[in-house]
Amino acid sequence: MIPEIGHFALVLALSVALVQGVFPLWGSFTGKLQWISMARPAAFAQLFFLVISFACLLYAFVSDDFSVLYVASNSNTQMPTIFKVSALWGAHEGSLLLWAMVLAGWGAAVAFFGKGIPSLMLARVLSIMGLICVGFMLFMLMTSNPFERLVNIPLQGRQLNPLLQDIGLAIHPPLLYMGYVGMSVAFSFAMAAMMGGKLDAAWARWARPWTNFAWVCLTFGIALGSWWAYYELGWGGWWFWDPVENASLMPWIVGTALIHSLAVTEKRASFKVWTVLLAILAFSLSLLGTFLVRSGVLTSVHSFASDPARGLFILIFLLVVIGSSLLLFAFRAHKLKSTGTFSLISRESGLLVNNVILMVMAATVLLGTLYPLIIDALGSGKISVGPPYFNAIIVPLALVLFFVMGFGFYLRWKKDSIERVLRKTWIPLAAALLIALIVPWLMTSEFNIKTILGLFAGSWISLSALMWILSLGSSPFKLPLATWGSVIAHIGMAITVVGITVVSLYDSEKDVRLEQGQSYELAGYTYTFKNIESIKVDNYSANRATMDVSQNGKLITTVYPEKRDYGPGAMPMTEAGIDAGFTRDLFVALGEQLGNNAWSFRLYHKPFVRWIWLGGILMGLGGLLAAFDKRYRRVRRRSLQVSQRDTQSEQTTKPSSLSGASA
Amino acid sequence: MIPRLFIIAFTLLLFASAQAVKIEFHSFENKQQEKLYLQLIAELRCVKCQNQNLAESNAELAKDMRDKAYQIIISGGTRDDVIKYMTDRYGEFVLYRPRFGLKTILLWVGPAVFLLLSLMFLIKLIKKQQKEPVAPLSERDRESVRKLLDSKDT
Amino acid sequence: MNKKFFIPLIAFAALAGLMLFGLSNDPKLIPSPFIGKPAPEFNLPRLDKPGETLSVDDMKGKVWILNLWASWCVSCRAEHRVLSDLIAKEKIPTVGLNYKDYGTEDYGDAAKQWLDTLGNPYYAVVIDKDGMAGIDWGVVGVPETFIMDKKGIVRYKFTGPVYQEAVDKTLIPLLEKLRKEEG
Repeated sequence: MIPEIGHFALVLALSVALVQGVFPLWGSFTGKLQWISMARPAAFAQLFFLVISFACLLYAFVSDDFSVLYVASNSNTQMPTIFKVSALWGAHEGSLLLWAMVLAGWGAAVAFFGKGIPSLMLARVLSIMGLICVGFMLFMLMTSNPFERLVNIPLQGRQLNPLLQDIGLAIHPPLLYMGYVGMSVAFSFAMAAMMGGKLDAAWARWARPWTNFAWVCLTFGIALGSWWAYYELGWGGWWFWDPVENASLMPWIVGTALIHSLAVTEKRASFKVWTVLLAILAFSLSLLGTFLVRSGVLTSVHSFASDPARGLFILIFLLVVIGSSLLLFAFRAHKLKSTGTFSLISRESGLLVNNVILMVMAATVLLGTLYPLIIDALGSGKISVGPPYFNAIIVPLALVLFFVMGFGFYLRWKKDSIERVLRKTWIPLAAALLIALIVPWLMTSEFNIKTILGLFAGSWISLSALMWILSLGSSPFKLPLATWGSVIAHIGMAITVVGITVVSLYDSEKDVRLEQGQSYELAGYTYTFKNIESIKVDNYSANRATMDVSQNGKLITTVYPEKRDYGPGAMPMTEAGIDAGFTRDLFVALGEQLGNNAWSFRLYHKPFVRWIWLGGILMGLGGLLAAFDKRYRRVRRRSLQVSQRDTQSEQTTKPSSLSGASA
Repeated sequence: MIPRLFIIAFTLLLFASAQAVKIEFHSFENKQQEKLYLQLIAELRCVKCQNQNLAESNAELAKDMRDKAYQIIISGGTRDDVIKYMTDRYGEFVLYRPRFGLKTILLWVGPAVFLLLSLMFLIKLIKKQQKEPVAPLSERDRESVRKLLDSKDT
Repeated sequence: MNKKFFIPLIAFAALAGLMLFGLSNDPKLIPSPFIGKPAPEFNLPRLDKPGETLSVDDMKGKVWILNLWASWCVSCRAEHRVLSDLIAKEKIPTVGLNYKDYGTEDYGDAAKQWLDTLGNPYYAVVIDKDGMAGIDWGVVGVPETFIMDKKGIVRYKFTGPVYQEAVDKTLIPLLEKLRKEEG
């Protein structure tokens, strides 16, 4: 009964979303106020039904209702409750339901917090979000119903893929989905602006915090995924340039560009067309990623069960959403006139350079991801494009970006001079150069250009950001949150860069065979294999080795690498023993038994690897702080009063006196 | 129902290749050989797997291919020898670092061309917007309007 | 209206075409680079005649098939009937390459039993114990079937279990064509 309620609630949510998608939009063009005012209640109702639907599926999982095909395929009674819950989004159907619910959640949040947005604009934004959700729910109901029942009810379910029975992967997908779907808010705002033919500073202020939130979710989601891959896959790798990872990286890069471009649109009324295009692209790339992951078009380690019918549906959905938005863009973009002019040396130009480099990076990732498909389509056979390619192209681009980034803080709007900026930046520039040259020399006594470049980028960005915030004069507590957010996020980037540089160039690994009591030394640490035992936990049994790690004869830590067995049908899993540290990780993976007392181990020394994710956390925090800046709240209250006027005046808006130069 | 379950079972198999570390021991005559071996198995693709290099894959075929690479290196073969051996048998699909050639020219040169074009476009655009007539409303006017709006309720 | 605002739309149209192609494309199917090239050499011990060996050279001068199989391979069992019928009908010398067929105490026990129960259609069965001959032939997964012409050039590769339709539509016409060619 409960699954049927869930199914029914999903159908209801679809109907509500249809209403939300059609009437307010229609009303916004015909001027029917009743229809316009349907947007907000519909957004709340849609979320309500989707939460019910989601709760029903959750109940089916927690109560081990194996009459539901999806539950039977992804859960069993032995799994701990937390993994029964996360199993809900562990496979295709359930993850779609989560998508839809998160999308409705964003819609409802916009409806709730967006009281100050002119009702015409709000109606259009919510309508577009409703239409997007219609697509997802139709997709679910037509090809991937999570509530489908089984005729022969099995006593026990299959289990969730053991790889996914992990806390990191329990929260990683929801965060990523929040990010992907969150980009739909900026997308909808952009669409609404093009429909209205008007885009002003207030628009940018409404769109900015939402874009920031979505970007923050993406940032945390990607960092978490990378961290998960690091400790769970047993290879000590943290980024593989797999199509699925690329699918999450592209919207992140474009989202980063969008955040910066929105700043110009808000402060200087420039880059309007460009901002709108970026908003469309960020969400389009999220959708494209979904298509690539779920259609089986590309081979990926993480691919979902591929089904051509699903692929075709998503493709059609993609055509409708992206196609219509770009069509609208083609015909309406010229209406969005930018006004602020600026000279070659100015903050605007700096941000444009930032945007250009970011877009080239995103295009490179897209090109590399799709290139095998292009070659195949041209009938030239099969090729692979992997990490060596991406590293070779992205790293130099990133270095240029980082170099420009440091100057960016000091650039003035509208017009600046090279001399003035250099006067402000020569100290951090010189200091960063000094650090980059001296530190590696002291640590390794060798000269490696890659280390120098990486360290220079990291210290240059962070020093320049720090000195900038100090130079602002006022007490740090009086500075706007957005300023703090920006500095913290950029320092986060710097920390990630240093982490990537050091761990890529100076990590060491060794495969060893050890008998109990034997030791092996790697990178100054001595690993001693003490003993091995069998343990049994709810959902798996394991061999667990005890390994002491000492340095200069002193015991530092003991790690417990495991090899887990999740029962019949599942491959054995490696659970690495990791001693995490600020400047290094010691990473031990347990292999197989080789004779009586001997086991194989893989040892890693990973210097500064934590910095990669530490930087990610700082980036996310910075974005969060910026989103909470009080000027976004102010604009909400202020525009409450003007919204009524906007509603009435828009239909007759002439090209306003603000129009001037076009971007 | 059966085919659906089959698809799910199949997906689980796809994931399987990403699990449990398989550890082998190879001894090399010198550091260069070891470095070359590690570099090659990281850059060669396991043809049977979803998207994994030889180093990370536990598939039998990946192990055989690693062994083959090891044999070639240990008997004095160079990087090119290993790559030639693998591409002769599996085509360019095994190379994660696509060769530079007619087929891949867009891949390798594309980003640079795109960067140059965008920068040129950028400079043109900045120059162009500077020449256009200044907006009728000056910055000072707009700032005052903004202040007025902002101050209404704060 | 401004023409440059249509650029994103056009780029997306191209992308959509590419994705449509992708839907009907199997990314896992790797074409063999051997087509049109001389068959890779091997000289392997025979399973059916212990003590003897067979090399690719021995097959020179005739059109022949190389079929990679193993007793543990489920799809090999699936194709066995179709393949046997083809061999009997076309009287085509077919070498079975028994790929990494361990799992029994003495190598080949399972393979021999397999041939005893299902029938042995092969002209000769050779043993590739460590899979190195398989790699020389670019094996991805058994079963795989190669067709060589009289000059010893690889002319065709079939990946996966052969099925009747492929035999009738592709394999038999190809074999007849190759037989007519000069040796």
